[in-house]
Amino acid sequence: MIPVLEAPPRAPSLDIDCELAAAWLVAFLRDEMIERRNVRRAVVGLSGGVDSAVTAYLCARALGAENVTCVRMPYRTSSTDSLDDARAVTEALGCVERTIEIAGAVDGYLVNEPDADGRRRGNVMARTRMIVLFDQSAKLGALPIGTGNKTERLMGYFTWHADDSPPLNPIGDLFKTQVWALARHLGVPERIVAKAPSADLEANQTDENDLGITYLEADRILSLMLAGYADAKIAARGFAPADVALVRGKVDGTHWKRHLPTTAMLSNTAINEFYLRPVDF
Amino acid sequence: MKLAIVQAKPRKGDVEANFAALGEVFAQLASEERPYDAIVLPEAALTGYFLEGGVYELAFETEALAARIAALWRAAPGASRAPVDVVVGFFENAGGTFYNAALYLEIAEASHRIVHVHRKMFLPTYGVFDEERFLSRGRHLAAFDTRFGRMAMLICEDAWHAIMPTLAAIKGARVLVVPSASPGRGFAAGGELESVAHWRNVLQSYAVEHGMFVIYAGLAGFEGGKGMTGSSALIDPFGDTVARLPALGAAVLRAEIDFSEIDVARARLPLLGDLGSVLPDLLFDDDLMPENVRRGGERPVTP
Repeated sequence: MIPVLEAPPRAPSLDIDCELAAAWLVAFLRDEMIERRNVRRAVVGLSGGVDSAVTAYLCARALGAENVTCVRMPYRTSSTDSLDDARAVTEALGCVERTIEIAGAVDGYLVNEPDADGRRRGNVMARTRMIVLFDQSAKLGALPIGTGNKTERLMGYFTWHADDSPPLNPIGDLFKTQVWALARHLGVPERIVAKAPSADLEANQTDENDLGITYLEADRILSLMLAGYADAKIAARGFAPADVALVRGKVDGTHWKRHLPTTAMLSNTAINEFYLRPVDF
Repeated sequence: MKLAIVQAKPRKGDVEANFAALGEVFAQLASEERPYDAIVLPEAALTGYFLEGGVYELAFETEALAARIAALWRAAPGASRAPVDVVVGFFENAGGTFYNAALYLEIAEASHRIVHVHRKMFLPTYGVFDEERFLSRGRHLAAFDTRFGRMAMLICEDAWHAIMPTLAAIKGARVLVVPSASPGRGFAAGGELESVAHWRNVLQSYAVEHGMFVIYAGLAGFEGGKGMTGSSALIDPFGDTVARLPALGAAVLRAEIDFSEIDVARARLPLLGDLGSVLPDLLFDDDLMPENVRRGGERPVTP
């Protein structure tokens, strides 16, 4: 018998070289902040979750912990675990911590909207936190740093013009599972990495319940989808067709959330249609 | 030949600041005891790469750019009287037609000479790239004679098509100069970006196949989230990377080139000579005749 070598099936990998990626993202933050904008301070909204923790760790590496202000922004319904986990990050890094309750601002508006459902209330909280981050940045001569990952950006699982609004985002091209890997590499406390991700806008909320799929499954499907594989080909790799359809539906239903507002074009100098200049021009 | 590859990290669109920075680099290089023979800069070295419509504001007329660089070199304290050759990638305004170009300039004590301008032929217009939306493509690949022998320049994607270094070698180039601006992507591989690894693989394979030196000058710095991968390198005609700069940050790679190594390499592995003798059979082939190739390799639709 002549020996036979079995070739493994090819698949896009979610593995990342964490040290290489961390060095790259630190260089990104330094270039974009210090060299391009001459800003040396960052403001990060710390939720107690892994995305904002990783962002804070990267900012501390890039700018020095003393130049990173982490803001905890609890609402009345926020879990105390989230606050504790956020503190674990600021204590580990030695960065500046602020706790700014958003209940007054949120309720000041919602008191007149008693019928607002959880979704509307969550959006008001997210947009209030955005106001806080931008205002604190203005106060400190800092830049707010975004914390949205690629999975939630693709699934549209964020509040438009809130979570996605900071001018810089170091982790927005990393799937959630890659953020977990990077978090462990950076030394983010294991409790934060291991816990079920949650937007913490409502009691007992988890991302994976909201999305209807686990992050691991979603990331595997998304990576194939973005690489250009048709849904049937993705399903043939061992995914439930319903899961593939769910992910496809979320992505296709939210392209608008990854763009600036749709503006009616009337001229041949329409901004971003004819008049094209890069963000750093 | 004493060579400096200047891995520039320009400020986007700030041409004056970038000329000032280049002046500082010139001053640093000119202060060395032994003068440099050649200084090579990356693609879009004085403006940054991703300009979109801003390219029309920041494109240079070749003569004016050559004169300014020559003056900048001569203004460097300690600049030697010996000639120096400078290669720089730039966006060219040729009477209202715009190109992504590379200038090979020879600067003498009181004069300068434009040795060659290569206009990028393969304009990447996919994914993150949008060159052909704004630029016209060059229509000619030339090898040209310098004080150090025959060379050819390929700009970035030009060098991702194996036919380009092959034709350059057939045309007699002994040195391939590759100014580039390559946004990094692919972090799965161990210790090296996938795009950087690809560059290394293709350039080394060209160098060993044709027995050429390859001088690769990569742009550095982040542009709107896209990190240029630097990694400027000198590759010898045996296909070995003599030295390579890191991906991140501005830096200079200093190297000596001994052109006699080309003869040694080509004698050891005479692939270019073999190609020369087989090439007519490859080129004058019915399959490659215009009526069969069509433009772009398209085949006629058969009913």
